[in-house]
Amino acid sequence: MLLRDGIADPQGATIERALPALGLNGVTAVRAGKSFHFDLVAADEPDALARATLVADRLLANPVIEESRVTVRPSAASA
Amino acid sequence: MAPRIGVVLFPGTNCEYDAVRALERLGATAELVWHGATTAAGYDALILPGGFAHGDYLRPGAIARFSPVMDAVAGYAADGGPVVGICNGFQVLTEAGLLPGALQKNRGLRFLCTTTTVRVEGDDTVLTAGVPVGTELAIPINHFEGNYTCDRTTLDQLRDEGRVVLRYTDNPNGSIDDIAGVCNAGRNVVGLMPHPERASDPLLGSEDGTVLFRALLQSAGAATPAA
Repeated sequence: MLLRDGIADPQGATIERALPALGLNGVTAVRAGKSFHFDLVAADEPDALARATLVADRLLANPVIEESRVTVRPSAASA
Repeated sequence: MAPRIGVVLFPGTNCEYDAVRALERLGATAELVWHGATTAAGYDALILPGGFAHGDYLRPGAIARFSPVMDAVAGYAADGGPVVGICNGFQVLTEAGLLPGALQKNRGLRFLCTTTTVRVEGDDTVLTAGVPVGTELAIPINHFEGNYTCDRTTLDQLRDEGRVVLRYTDNPNGSIDDIAGVCNAGRNVVGLMPHPERASDPLLGSEDGTVLFRALLQSAGAATPAA
């Protein structure tokens, strides 16, 4: 999950300002985000994607300021 | 009869007794409403006080909006009942979609605990009814996520409709357009980051918060939604 374009990201900006201290110049547009990982029981991959997207849109992200990207893959247990 | 105000208590709320005390000092009856409550009937106004509801995990207000009481708060607000969110309560109301925008981390990433001066920008909300526009009030803030933001369309709408309720005179946290408080289209739901209950007694260094609570109690008497 990342803040939407145009939404100020003070965390990303602070990280960006710290990078020259590592001798790393030329790093710009740093955006700080969050990632969530969970297991989910679903009939198939489209079903899993739909349900995970619901979780992302309704709870994990605040659509006013954040956008989410969801990826699904079979868990070790279901293999 | 004294207005009866419900003060909503989530796990992690910590300003509830300050709010109760401030209201009682002005002659109101104030009662705590547990977040598991499924009705808000019988109250003349509701306050969502400050704190860290559900630990502020995920984002401030993100979990609290799923508390059972929030359906009751939404219904109460839809019926025109006065609802005021203070600090964390403001964050909960934005997460619940009862107020537009969102509260981000402060510019500069510092937790702020200081007295701010806010200017009343609208005199037609439940929290500012009858308070002259331009009135300046000294009220403390106490937050990490108080940096109000919204998209351009929403900001234009808030301005055009006169829904910016309070502005900081000296923006402490990076809020867009110096916004310290906003209201819904009906003007019966108001959210603000400053803590009027912490400016409600001479002992606290300022009584300016009572200006807002008096206006709320006036509004509460005027607009009691059917139970």
